[in-house]
Amino acid sequence: MSYSDLTVVWVYPDLLSTYGDRGNMLILAHRARSRGIGVRTVEVFANDPIPDGDIYLLGGGEDGPQALAAQRLISDQGLHRAVDRRAVVFAVCAGYQIMGRSFFAKGAECEGLGLLDLHSDRGPTRAVGELAGEVDPALGLPTLTGFENHGGRTHLGPGAKPLASVKVGIGNDGTTEGAWSGTVLGTYSHGPALSRNPALADLLLRWATGMDRLPDADESWTAKLRAERLHAVGLA
Amino acid sequence: MMIDPELLAHLAAGRRIALVSGTNGKTTTTRFTAAALGVQGEVATNSFGANMPTGHTSALAKAGRTPLAVLEVDEHWLPKVIAATSPVVVALLNLSRDQLDRAKEVAMIAQLWRDTMAKYPGIHVVANADDPMVVYAASSAAQVTWFSAGQRWRDDAHVCPACGSHIVRDEVGHGWHCTGGDLSRPEPQWTIDTSAVIDQVGRRHELKLQLPGTVNVGNAATALAVAQWFGVSPADAAPKLSEVASVAGRYAQVERKGRQIRLLLAKNPASWLEAFDMAEDAPTLLVINARDPDGYDTSWLFDVDYAPLRGRRVLIAGERAYDLAVRLQVNEVPFEYAGTFARAVEAVPPGKLEVIANYSAFQDIRAELDRVL
Repeated sequence: MSYSDLTVVWVYPDLLSTYGDRGNMLILAHRARSRGIGVRTVEVFANDPIPDGDIYLLGGGEDGPQALAAQRLISDQGLHRAVDRRAVVFAVCAGYQIMGRSFFAKGAECEGLGLLDLHSDRGPTRAVGELAGEVDPALGLPTLTGFENHGGRTHLGPGAKPLASVKVGIGNDGTTEGAWSGTVLGTYSHGPALSRNPALADLLLRWATGMDRLPDADESWTAKLRAERLHAVGLA
Repeated sequence: MMIDPELLAHLAAGRRIALVSGTNGKTTTTRFTAAALGVQGEVATNSFGANMPTGHTSALAKAGRTPLAVLEVDEHWLPKVIAATSPVVVALLNLSRDQLDRAKEVAMIAQLWRDTMAKYPGIHVVANADDPMVVYAASSAAQVTWFSAGQRWRDDAHVCPACGSHIVRDEVGHGWHCTGGDLSRPEPQWTIDTSAVIDQVGRRHELKLQLPGTVNVGNAATALAVAQWFGVSPADAAPKLSEVASVAGRYAQVERKGRQIRLLLAKNPASWLEAFDMAEDAPTLLVINARDPDGYDTSWLFDVDYAPLRGRRVLIAGERAYDLAVRLQVNEVPFEYAGTFARAVEAVPPGKLEVIANYSAFQDIRAELDRVL
């Protein structure tokens, strides 16, 4: 079984790209190719229309660019159409917030894309540090591990399921972390979140390809990294 | 940290002072500038990178009554240090992502600098024409000398800090402009050409720097432009720059067990790209920690393209070597896990070993080499 030409679209790296956001695109491409799945990566800037794709990635960003990105995506509607045809969206940090109904940027409430049933506001403190939690059993993934750096708090509506229950860190609100619904998944684990969560990367690839199972990949280094990070926060 | 702004102002009084700030190149440019101004007399300087006001106070107090001072200043502290020291010249090098888990964001620093420069029309600014963030910050100043030192890292300047529009780069040359407003690359008075600096009247000054890399030719151009404002001609200052052999241990070559080990410091994505430009084609050890001075977040590893290292022997070490291992695997750069600096030294044959390390890893290796020598 093979699947050729998976298109991974990095949405607005000119607006939504802080530390290491490129990593998720590189990791998905590497993990797909190592299983013989051809990958095309596309970086679409905010001046250009959202193209057709199989997996869309949204990264983190400062307040101004975050608000601008949301406006552009709402007027473009390409991401909405992609979700309607069950393309995969993986959004982190500021990108995760704009997937919801509303978020705060520069002290004002901004309209989000409404692709996840959630809204975000400002928290009392900035959440900075290691983040870890047990993933929704329905997704069949091991413990989530990441690094968070955000000032927002996110409140889920009935239409979105938490990605994980928080063991270490803040995530959405100190209790739950991230959200998912259908093939849209968001997390506060920022930057190259998939480097520590290869099984999550593979879940996105399985959703995009429709493959039930992917051939094993070389996890020697990812396993060591995960063990070290989980040990550092007392979870292993 | 308690500091007495009046003490710093008191120690600064009566001296002609240059300040150097930016994300990368501060320590080296400060060292070059101090060497250049040395033509005129004794220079006080914080040459070990202690770049916050306690470091400035200590440097000036220790130096005694020198007529001149060159101080490296942390980007966040620049407004306060300007207020305390009334500098003659401020050099603004570059602004890029650096420890986002702690530092203010790039655009906020650019705005902070811009607001500060507008308040002090008497200060002469020497600024990098290639960095849109710096140009935005410096163009509120009354007097600016622009230099072009090239800029490899561009991913923090896609969006105009003035209006939020896109900044586009010209297809050829170094030009760039905002697509929505007036901000564009000013014509630089000082430029570089391979190993030479071209001054504001077009004279070429061939440098014989001991420090490697194009980035240090750019740092030298900045130092010469600052020195010119103090009345030191580039012809007199240029030979002084070639006397600089290492800067706070950086670039220093150390012999150990038959290996010639050279230490390069790379703190953030922009400086990693410069380090690859400097490192010779020899076995290369990459060392990564994530302690307080480094920032606890290693995400930036994915902002660096390690492909230039393909084809040479790469070893990795440091407390966060596994983060780097995953990054290199994704980058398809073969590597060996050495774990520690000492084991990496044992692993390579006698000959050159290039070491690129981030801040606390670099300091640890320095300490280890000092203990042995």
